[in-house]
Order: sequence, then structure tokens, then C-alpha cells
Amino acid sequence: MLGILKLAYKLLVNDKAKFTALLVGITFAVFLMIAMTSLFAGVLNRASATVINLGASIWIMDPAVQTVANTIGMPDYVLDAARSIQGVKYAVPIYSGGALVKLADGFYQPVTVVGLDDTSLFGRPHLMQGKIEDIYGENAFIVVKDPEFPKLESPELGTEFELNDHRGVVVGIATVASSGLFGVPTLYTTYERALQYIPNPRFTISYVLIEPKSAADVIHIKQQVKALGYLALTKDEFMDKISTFYMYQTGLGMNLLIMTVMSFVVGLSISGQTFYTFVLENLEKFGALKAMGAKSRELILMILFQASFTCLTGYGLGIGLCALTIALAKMRLPDYAAMITYWNLGLAFVMVVVIAAVSSYFGVRKVLRVEPFDIFRG
Amino acid sequence: MPEPAIQATGVVKWFGEGEARTTALRDVSLDAYFGEMLYIVGPSGSGKTTLLSVLSGILRPDSGSVSVEGADIWHLGSDKLADFRLHKIGFVFQDYHLFPRLTTAENVAVPLILKRQNWGEAIAEAHKYLEIVGLKNRADLPPVKLSGGEQQRVAIARAIVGQPDILIMDEPTASLDGDTGHSIVSFVKNNVLNEKRCILIVTHDSRIYELATRILKMEDGRLTGIEKGGSA
Repeated sequence: MLGILKLAYKLLVNDKAKFTALLVGITFAVFLMIAMTSLFAGVLNRASATVINLGASIWIMDPAVQTVANTIGMPDYVLDAARSIQGVKYAVPIYSGGALVKLADGFYQPVTVVGLDDTSLFGRPHLMQGKIEDIYGENAFIVVKDPEFPKLESPELGTEFELNDHRGVVVGIATVASSGLFGVPTLYTTYERALQYIPNPRFTISYVLIEPKSAADVIHIKQQVKALGYLALTKDEFMDKISTFYMYQTGLGMNLLIMTVMSFVVGLSISGQTFYTFVLENLEKFGALKAMGAKSRELILMILFQASFTCLTGYGLGIGLCALTIALAKMRLPDYAAMITYWNLGLAFVMVVVIAAVSSYFGVRKVLRVEPFDIFRG
Repeated sequence: MPEPAIQATGVVKWFGEGEARTTALRDVSLDAYFGEMLYIVGPSGSGKTTLLSVLSGILRPDSGSVSVEGADIWHLGSDKLADFRLHKIGFVFQDYHLFPRLTTAENVAVPLILKRQNWGEAIAEAHKYLEIVGLKNRADLPPVKLSGGEQQRVAIARAIVGQPDILIMDEPTASLDGDTGHSIVSFVKNNVLNEKRCILIVTHDSRIYELATRILKMEDGRLTGIEKGGSA
């Protein structure tokens, strides 16, 4: 059997022009499919950046919240109510909102401000410079050093700025797991200072973060929060909710889906056409093999192998090319949001398998219909 | 007389249906024996290639029977029939049908590879048969680099590498000049034919008639006579 596969392999790769055309077609299609879906994955990941970075197990929010950036204030008694729910280990408030920073040169820069619970500082970022206790200092803020950091003129410890007419001072520089979607720098401070600096309706909370005592308590907590008229979502559920919003309510998902489908169609048409031409050109030879005693299933195996080999090689090359492109793009554009996930790779793999199946289907049909007698007749 | 390699009895084959029906073979019966080089000659359209296809297990007759070494091949299932062709028959096609993307040695090894022989062993065996046909130094070249006569010899090496009992040659001299055609068929007679092998050649090249053991003449789907040798 290996000999037959080697024969199929040689027939395929020794036809260098066709094989190259097939590989280019598949590679290009895979590149486009992964580039599109990874861009989408990157966007979704960044859209959930605050959820990922804070790391809370459960988020309590207004049921109308669609993304973490679109906060809807809840009355502050929700925090007390949450703390009294059986199964809650602890519950802390979190502030998340936008503000304008006036830089030293007089320009204004929008920022995201995250206010951490004053007592626990739950969800604090990993500090690269400075000490976490300095966040309690006067006007203290921690700046996240991500691709947006230069927009604050690359501040250092002690750098001062203005935020809503209040003085701010950088006391720490931190890193986070994920950068935000909207291209604005992130500042961390305490919850009370965030409320003090950024006007909000009185006695409201953006979100309440909960840590359950055990995983089994999650359902009960969610039920109790629902009874209060609010929504409790686990971290994954909240990220799904955000993804769903961007996917179905912004047009982003549909546009990227259309591009992905177009990539698939391009790949399918190029490789399908080229592979079919390849089979047609070798049809007499397949007929000769049949006459010599090759069984139909052996010819099918040869064609399937050729299609699979081409598609999987193109798949590998496409992934490599896409990873390289993303790496190069990120060197030039730190904000570039593409992110290759197993999901992207799996989707592209399924599409490549479909391309291989469709390409070989027409070839197999043709080969099964060829009569060895036609070879004799010439 | 040695035992018959092929026995065909009352073979009828037609193409098309209704008014478009054309009868290609009309009640053809013949015996082909081991150790003989049997020619089937006749004008174009007389049914020679159709007969060859029926005798070699490629084209199913509409009636009649074909026995090879005593077994009725048209009672075999498609897989068994493919196995029969692989193990018992060697084909030399009119247009050779060599794979242009494989080397000469790989082309010759194809029947052995279909027999699931190890690739390396099959190539080694192919080299031996290329030596037999005088093309040892062409083993690594693609067929397109060879002359017509050399390609024909590669096709012969491919046909005999599996040591078939029956060798089928369809118009072996059609693409060759007179001298080359004659030398190729002489080569086959001298080096490939033996008492355990039967060679069937379809041709209308009278320049090679002298090399035949027997010549059967076909016309309009019927065996009409014997030009050389004994009975049909």
C-alpha cells in the first residue's frame, strides 16, 4: 500500500507546475482564512481584555450590559446583597469607565480607568515598576505598559498628568494579559479615587466581582442575583456575551465571515480546478493502471492521498505564512489584534478537508468512469 | 500441440443500442497457445482491438466465453478480474502510456508496486528488466527523454516485469519506423517468448508477419482466415 501512495506522491510532486499551482492556491486560501478568523479572535479577545485581566470568577451586572466597556450603573446595595448570598467567598466592587487625560504638552488623550476595590485591590495588574501600596498615595495611578502606553507620552514613575481637572501621578507601571480593543491606554487606581475623579450617578457601581466558595455555589449565586433583578455571569459566559455582541450586533462578525467564506471559495475554486485538470491530464494513465490491474479503490486511494497531501501541505504553509505575517505586522503595528487560536486552526483545517474532499470527488468520479478499453482504442 | 493459454468460444460484442448498434465481434472462437506468438491482423475497424480487450479481461463480451489457463475469466468479479490482469497479463499499449513524471525505472516498476511489492525491491527488479531490454543506462531518465523505440522497450519491460503468462501487444510497431519496429518485435520473440508464455499481437504491419508463429486474419468482426500456421 505504501508503494501505491509513493507512486501517487511522485505523480503529484513531479508535476512541478501543477503541484506549485495547487500549493499556492491552498496556501493562499488557508492564509486568508486564518488571517480573517485570527483577526476576529484577536478583536474578541481584546474586547474582553478587562474581563481577562481582572480574572474574577463571577461578574454581577445590569442585564442590559452587552460589553464590559458599556457599563450600566447598579445601585450600591447590590454589593451588600451579593456579599450576603450563601456560597460567596467575597464580593468586591469594580469601576470601569472612560476619561480624558490632559498630557504635559496640552493634548488630551482618552483613557480607560479601572477602579480596584480599596480594601483588597482585587484584580490588580502585575507591576513592572513601583510598589502596589503606593496606589493608596495621593492622586496615585498605575499605568499599563501595553501598545497604547506611548499615547501617554511613555510616562515614568512620578510623571504627572491631569484627569478631569484632577492631578494624577504615576506610581506604578504594570503589564496585563490582554490589551484593550479601543486603542486607549489603561490606568488603574482605587475604586474610591475612580469615583472621585470621574463623575457618576451617585451610589452606583459598574460591576460587582464575586469569588464563590466552590464551583458548586455558582448556580445558586446566579439564581440569587437574578432574584435581585441583575445578572451574574461567569468569566467565560461574560466573554461569550461580549463575543456574541461583536459577532451578531456590530456587523464585524458577518463581514469577517464573508471574507472567510470568500477565502474558502477562492481556495476551493483554485485547487478544485487545478486538481481536476491534473486528474484529467493523467486520466489515460489512470486508465492504463486500471488495465494493468489496479483496483478502483486503489485509484481512489491515490487521488485522495494526492488531494490530502496537497491540502495538508498547503495548510501548513498557510499557517506558517499567516503566523509570520502577524508577527511582522505586530512589529510594525503593536495594536494589530490578530491572534491565532486552536479554534482558527480547527476551522481552517475543516475547510481544507472540505476543499480536499470536493477536489478529489470530481477527480475520483472521472477516474472511476474511465474504461481501460478506451486506452486500447486510443 | 502445447496446452492452450487462451480459449475463446463464440464471442460476440456489440456497441450501442437499437439502430445505432454496431457489432464489433461476431461469434469469434480461437485458441492461443503457450510458446506461440499469435498475430491478429486485419484492417482498421475489423475488431482486432476489441477482441484483444475481450481476451485480456478488459471488455466484457455480450455473449460467448473466454478461458485463460482453463478458468472462465468473465465469471470473475471486478476485483478478481483486476487481480487476473495484474498477475496473468502484461500489456504493451499502442501509445505506451508511460508516466512522463516518473523515471524509466519507476515506470517499469509500476506493475510490481500494484502487486504491493516493496518500492525499493520493485525498482531493483525494474533495473534488471531494463537491462534485459538494453536500457540499463536510461533507468533514471523520464520517458520523454527517450526515443520512440526506447519508449517501446520500456513499455515491454513494464509488461514483462511481473512475469505474466500472457503478453498483449497492441500495434507495437505503429509509432515506429520499419527497422525499429522489426527489431523490437524480433527482440520480443527472442527474449520474451518462451514455452510458458503466450504473446498476442494485434497489428496490420505486414513487415513483421515473418516473426509470427501464427497469424489470424480478422475482417468485419469475424476471424476470416489463417495467414500463417495452423487452425484458429
